[in-house]
Amino acid sequence: MADKKPLYKEFTKGLIAENPVLRLVLGTCPTLAVSTSVEGAIGMGVAASIVLICSNIVISALRKIIPGKVRIPAYIVIIASFVTIVQMLVKAYVPSIDESLGVYLPLIVVNCIILGRAEAFAGKNSVIASAVDGMGMGVGFTGALLAMAVIREFFGSGSIAGFQLIQESWPVDPMIIFILPPGGFFVFGMLIAVANRLAEKKGKPKAELHGCESCPMAASCSLIGTDDSCDVKEATVK
Amino acid sequence: MSVNKKLTVSASPHVRSPHTATGIMLDVIISLIPALIAAVVIFGYKVLMVTIVCVGSAVLSEYLSRKVMKRHQTIGDLSAVVTGLILAFNLPVSIPLWIAALGSIIAIVVVKQMFDGIGQNFVNPALAARIILLVSFPSAMSNWAADSKFITTTATPLAILKGEEAAEAMPSMVQMLLGTHGGSLGEVCSVALILGGVYLVIRKVISPAIPLSYIGTVAVFMLFAGKFDFAFVAYQILGGGLLLGAIFMATDYTTSPVSFKGKIIFGIGCGLITSAIRIFGSYPEGVSFSIILMNILVPHIERLTTAKPFGTPKRDRKAEKAAKKAEKEAAKV
Repeated sequence: MADKKPLYKEFTKGLIAENPVLRLVLGTCPTLAVSTSVEGAIGMGVAASIVLICSNIVISALRKIIPGKVRIPAYIVIIASFVTIVQMLVKAYVPSIDESLGVYLPLIVVNCIILGRAEAFAGKNSVIASAVDGMGMGVGFTGALLAMAVIREFFGSGSIAGFQLIQESWPVDPMIIFILPPGGFFVFGMLIAVANRLAEKKGKPKAELHGCESCPMAASCSLIGTDDSCDVKEATVK
Repeated sequence: MSVNKKLTVSASPHVRSPHTATGIMLDVIISLIPALIAAVVIFGYKVLMVTIVCVGSAVLSEYLSRKVMKRHQTIGDLSAVVTGLILAFNLPVSIPLWIAALGSIIAIVVVKQMFDGIGQNFVNPALAARIILLVSFPSAMSNWAADSKFITTTATPLAILKGEEAAEAMPSMVQMLLGTHGGSLGEVCSVALILGGVYLVIRKVISPAIPLSYIGTVAVFMLFAGKFDFAFVAYQILGGGLLLGAIFMATDYTTSPVSFKGKIIFGIGCGLITSAIRIFGSYPEGVSFSIILMNILVPHIERLTTAKPFGTPKRDRKAEKAAKKAEKEAAKV
């Protein structure tokens, strides 16, 4: 893949066309959980991006050494190391972000975007291409989080990044539902629709279905080769 | 109506049903008018303001969203008017008008038109909007204060039963029937709601299966929950939005089952959830939540209750399972 595509395309695909949250629908749990405030969204986006870029580089560099059968545990160990580093740094220098992210910071270890990129991209491509892929996906993730957080914080608490816009003296109140889980799902669904629309305009297929090799679940998937496997579905869709 | 024209297909003797979407909606509007008049008498003219704002913004947002999505106009079928009316009936009279308008916009744009308009919404639009408003503006949505000579209590009967407003006395049974107690616009006057329901049943717009099984389930549940105190059962049935919900909202065509058996299951499910929320939940009222939850289950109820065509053999589950297993094994090899 990397040989045919120019390098900048590995970056831009993460923004809209293969946006990890809005198009691949990965990493939805942290997306819904931390997008109630802009501050939390930026913290989460940056932390996950750093882990993603670093783990992509290391996994890509080690891709010929790691035996295929134990690659998932090996990837997890690498990812977990970087998450621990990032967590320690955040705790030391920006404790307020650590407080607002809570358990979701260590949970970056099991973020599907990072394991998904390791399995789908870094395990097969050169170090530079993997780093660029990580950056693109990281920016795409942060962007999607930020878009959700701006909408949810503005309508839900009447502020953006802690700056109060809807004053208490106004006759209009913010809608609490936006910062509650149902509101998160509403905003998420609508942003997915917008992203689909934008990608469709560029002539990209409506939904992305990947082959079994790129699927993070492939190692434990019992459907490979059967009629239900995603490969077959992909073929019929196209 | 272009849709109706498309449906008349073949030649030869056909009985044309007088039922059209517009006609049905008109019947529903007529059946809601007694409750609206009662609400105006009980709560004063502010009721008309709320209703006009709700209906107006519902119709306007239906018109605009169809226009933006470049689809044919459907405001002529009056379904947006019904949605606006029912939403207004679900609001307290003290509601700020911008919240009422916002509710209509949510009902029509988000719940109805984003899912392709009339007949495609997966839950009742007015109820979904009410729940979103209730979660978003809890204090405005449960402020029952009314400027009226008929209202003696500001708490709803269900809230008093739940012990939230212990100091206030329960309204009498006559008050419960006439509706001179706290509550949403359209839910208070039981007599007017029953009148509307009877009209709909006579006009064959709704089948009595859902309302009766719904209210019946609540009655039985409350009989046991209240240790056979019949006054308690009566308050539970006449108080809150049970009649409004059972007659006008649970019977919505799009979001209720088609078959008789399905309707009974739907009604019993609504009744159980409503009673459970009223007795065990933290909200005093559970009608809207129960109907929405059952709306979501409707496709599954339909699948369980599809009629078996005459003469077809009985479904052999064992053979089906064996065939599936063999197929899987063949695929693996």
